[in-house]
Amino acid sequence: MSTAFEHPTYNYKVVRQFAIMTVVWGIVGMALGVFIAAQLVWPELNFGLPWTSFGRLRPLHTNAVIFAFGGSALIATSYYVVQRTCQTRLISDKLAAFTFWGWQLVIVLAAITLPLGFTTSKEYAELEWPIDILIAVVWIAYAIVFLGTIQQRKTSHIYVANWFYAAFILTIAVLHIVNSAEIPVSAMKSYSAYAGTIDAMAQWWYGHNAVGFLLTAGFLGMMYYFVPKQAERPVYSYRLSIVHFWALITTYMWAGSHHLHYTALPDWAQSLGMIMSIILLAPSWGGMINGMMTLSGAWHKLRTDPTLRFLVVALSFYGMSTFEGPMMAVKTVNALSHYTDWTIGHVHSGALGWVAMITIGSMYHLIPRLFGGIEMYSVKLIAVHFWLATIGTVLYITSMWVNGILQGLMWRAVNADGTLMYTFVEALEASHPGYVVRFIGGAFFAFGMLLMAYNVYMTTRSIAREQEPVLQTA
Amino acid sequence: MNNLWGDTLSSFWSIWIIVITLGTIIFCWWVLFANRKTDKQPSVDGEVETTGHTADGIDEYDNPLPRWWFMLFVGTIIFSVAYLLLYPGLGNFKGVLDWSQEGQWDEEIAYAQEQYAPIFAKYSEVPVPELAQDGDAMQVAERIYLNNCSVCHGSNAQGGYGFPNLTDDAWLYGGEPENIVTTLNNGRNGLMPAWQQLGDNNLENVTSYVLSLSGEEHDANKASQGEAIFASACVACHGPGGKGNQAIGAPDLTDDAWLYRQPGQETHAAVLETLRNGRNGHMPAQAAYIGEDKVHLVAAYVYSLSN
Repeated sequence: MSTAFEHPTYNYKVVRQFAIMTVVWGIVGMALGVFIAAQLVWPELNFGLPWTSFGRLRPLHTNAVIFAFGGSALIATSYYVVQRTCQTRLISDKLAAFTFWGWQLVIVLAAITLPLGFTTSKEYAELEWPIDILIAVVWIAYAIVFLGTIQQRKTSHIYVANWFYAAFILTIAVLHIVNSAEIPVSAMKSYSAYAGTIDAMAQWWYGHNAVGFLLTAGFLGMMYYFVPKQAERPVYSYRLSIVHFWALITTYMWAGSHHLHYTALPDWAQSLGMIMSIILLAPSWGGMINGMMTLSGAWHKLRTDPTLRFLVVALSFYGMSTFEGPMMAVKTVNALSHYTDWTIGHVHSGALGWVAMITIGSMYHLIPRLFGGIEMYSVKLIAVHFWLATIGTVLYITSMWVNGILQGLMWRAVNADGTLMYTFVEALEASHPGYVVRFIGGAFFAFGMLLMAYNVYMTTRSIAREQEPVLQTA
Repeated sequence: MNNLWGDTLSSFWSIWIIVITLGTIIFCWWVLFANRKTDKQPSVDGEVETTGHTADGIDEYDNPLPRWWFMLFVGTIIFSVAYLLLYPGLGNFKGVLDWSQEGQWDEEIAYAQEQYAPIFAKYSEVPVPELAQDGDAMQVAERIYLNNCSVCHGSNAQGGYGFPNLTDDAWLYGGEPENIVTTLNNGRNGLMPAWQQLGDNNLENVTSYVLSLSGEEHDANKASQGEAIFASACVACHGPGGKGNQAIGAPDLTDDAWLYRQPGQETHAAVLETLRNGRNGHMPAQAAYIGEDKVHLVAAYVYSLSN
């Protein structure tokens, strides 16, 4: 088949909107992260006020980076990729616009209600019931736009990126609706429909699949388009993508109970969470291999193309954290790592190293094209951003490894008489240097996002000056 | 649903779990082996045929699954099946090793008992005042204190708002060794009723009287009016002259030790608040957590702080 094909008029407006908001929410979410990291170094920064306390800002940080930054990035790229790979326009501009404004409204409501203290107290699902309903409505609209567009495709084959996007969209809908089942008692207060251990299991079935489907499957969809596109190489192995796709979505569903090792959860459920997490290693690495090997014959491009560097380093961090995850799911390892900063480090090796880096790389490919150009305003700034992001990520995760293992060992150390060798506060004091390093790493990463914002602004301005009106083709 | 999360599952749920678990594993195995073989040659330099479908200019090779990756996948599946034979996982099947987390806990506790219980049993035979003089014992006791008591009473044992100072001579329930042991073993519940119904004037007067008992600054006129109310409403617990009653944990009001005075707060405001709203104090029982032998040792530590 020829690579030349007709360009239908795609809906790039909604993609542009989501792409710009990806950068904006990235800065907001990461700045919040740096701020709460600073609170752990200097507790005075809580200011003694409920609205600025760590407990309220931390969920705001996680919601902002996962759903505002990550969510906008996924919706932007999925709308772009589905149109280009199906060679058809989104089925409804109005519904697409609704998903944009609806999603932004959800984010703004989160930014208002979380500092005010409205929370369901379920991690990554803190938003109260009226916002939950809004999320469900917007998400279903998103599913209709995306899947409807696939149905209208002009190509016979559905490209692999779209499998991953579709799996992510469908699963997140199910996860959100099931886990957020709750009984409202007032306008902004509800109680979970589940009780006790079952509530915990529902929560971590949701929580881990938010990682598995939103932060993994969704971003693998992104990877499968932007890596071959930026490298200008064919995807390494079609059959590998089939195997790892089906195995990944099948086993991820089971992994959540590894968050509840050594708790009231029955042994059998803990064991199943552990073994499915171990089986998950190979399917996870399938995506890394397919991305990495796509570069064979194009490795030299890394020297000159910092955008491609972002994408490849993202795959490396993806491979690293998807090895770390199954390892931490093993009960004996988990007995040490659970409740320590190691978990935070693991999450950020995925969140910064994989999710943010693959997003940043994809955006550097996508944004100039959305505005009718092909290159960002400054490739040098992308290179600087790459180093800031990489150093920031490494500082973050190494400091949390050190802290996590330190805490795990200090908590379990006993004297000859069986008494605990250290108090909790002593382990906290020992963690202080790690918190300082983590703060610095986070600040590096967030500063890189500011450079990106400047670069994006200059890109859109210079392209707009060059060519009026903006072309629809890329 | 109760059966699903209990110690044993009903046979339906047990079979259901076994079927979907093995189904998932078999599916992974099948999808791996079904896609193992390819008739296309491996590509190193990109000269190999693609699948034929192109998406927005992206072609796809059909390279075979990398061998090491294939082996890794097979290995994790074999490990998992072996794990499910050895450990609980497949519904009601407990695994060949008959392992459970409760069993592991029991074993570890039994080991700890065997190793450490004799140390504390020996200490428990020494009377508290004597044990309080034993430097080695007090080092052990301090570690137990720091890990179990310091969250409320502070690392320096000087307490805080609502948490008694253990280094002074003001004892709510008595400072004799047997009192301390009882407090630690069984815990305490302190209750000061709320007296809002007395009205603002009376509360103000009683407050002044209470302040006068410990020589705090007060309005003598109001204090003398408050004395009459004290004699009817407060005397039953706090006793005549406000000397308190350790049998029920009613504080001595003459010793100028104020459990519920915030840092920087005027005593007058603190006492008025206590009178108006009442107080609930709770010391959790420790016997069930750390055992009576360790309680004995910690009691000696607490005793040593003020003796």
